[in-house]
Amino acid sequence: MAAVEHEQVARPRPGTKPERAVWDAAAQVTDPEVPVLTVEDLGVLRAVRLVDGTPVVDITPTYSGCPAVDAIRDDIVAVLEERGWSGARVNVVLSPAWTTDWMSDAGRRKLVEHGIAPPARRAGGVVALGMGVRCPRCGSLHTRELSRFGSTSCKALYVCQRCREPFDHFKEH
Amino acid sequence: MPNQHQSPSAVLTPEALAARVAPQDSPVRAADDVARYALGLGDDALVLAQRLGSWIAAAPELEEDVALGNIALDTLGHARSLLTYAGSAWDQTEDDLAYFRDEPDFRCRQIFERPNGDFACTIARQLVVSAYFTALYRALTGSADPTLAAIAAKAVKEVDYHLDHATLWTLRLALGTEESRRRTVAGFDAVWPFVDELFADDPAADAVPAAAVAPAGLREPFDALLLPVLDRVELPVPAVAAVRGGGRLGVHSEALGPLLAEMQVLARRHPGAVW
Repeated sequence: MAAVEHEQVARPRPGTKPERAVWDAAAQVTDPEVPVLTVEDLGVLRAVRLVDGTPVVDITPTYSGCPAVDAIRDDIVAVLEERGWSGARVNVVLSPAWTTDWMSDAGRRKLVEHGIAPPARRAGGVVALGMGVRCPRCGSLHTRELSRFGSTSCKALYVCQRCREPFDHFKEH
Repeated sequence: MPNQHQSPSAVLTPEALAARVAPQDSPVRAADDVARYALGLGDDALVLAQRLGSWIAAAPELEEDVALGNIALDTLGHARSLLTYAGSAWDQTEDDLAYFRDEPDFRCRQIFERPNGDFACTIARQLVVSAYFTALYRALTGSADPTLAAIAAKAVKEVDYHLDHATLWTLRLALGTEESRRRTVAGFDAVWPFVDELFADDPAADAVPAAAVAPAGLREPFDALLLPVLDRVELPVPAVAAVRGGGRLGVHSEALGPLLAEMQVLARRHPGAVW
């Protein structure tokens, strides 16, 4: 898939001006569990439309049990309220299922700065097992998975064999 | 099937009131017969999540507290999606269905309500149910019901991790020490009588053949996922008699009552409480 086309799937920002304004406002809401990432960076923000002047926003959960979804929903309603749109509705849509391939490059960079190893890109390919995850602190590829499950649904726990520090890895999904 | 118009867990927040008067774009409302099928699947996931959650802070190592907690959370997510969808047919919320039904109203297969036992026993149950969920959700992605297909497509990616986790632990425990192997064998012996019921008839599935997955058809893919793992560690398939089952008809083992009592006590004592 071409990069531009892929970006359009990951971040379907609407074409009309008033809807773009709603999108841009909702896009600023961050994930409460990974506060450096916005819902736009994550690819969690799926669609925005105005129905009789009321914003309707579609979001998709990263994982089925992700508790951040409820907080994100409230935050989107609140941020739109601040900008003068009252009574916004937020729908949770499950299809198409979220994938880490929708995470933006900016989001990946912010994760590294935050000490979290970003997910590898998978678009169109297969993830090889045991591929190196780079330590976000020292950059070493000499790292090891401690546990497939970490501090949140979307992360695994790793340890760096060089600087000896544990770190979170945002799992490819 | 409860059919109340007054939702006992309804919370009269301004948001809830607004949500009632503001119509959704296209309210997804399950048909009654599809909802009955979804209810069984939702109960399976809900009851298992409750069982797994009780390992948090009690697992053999910190990483397993986190792993079993995460697996419970994913499983609870599947339950929430399925029960929300089922409840849409009867004007009931996921909380109404989880907290305000009694034991005979639950439709879970009995394997999901089995006590945790020791860690090896939980891993044996988890290997079996993860293989089952993998087979089920893969098939359900082809459901004629778009909501069920979407829930399954999401779940499939998650149960993949769960199967991997249970497989690795089965290998470690069965090939570990004499004691860990003994406990693993005992774990599979304890869980095996409940395996056949997973593939027994489900009247709710029969009623909606295009939307549902016929349970009997899942035996083959389940065996293909599970038996090679047992082979690898040279564990024989337990030669134990199957229990009668009947979970889909509301027939349960003595293990379900206490689980529900703990799960439901707070919501029933403080109806409508939120935090």
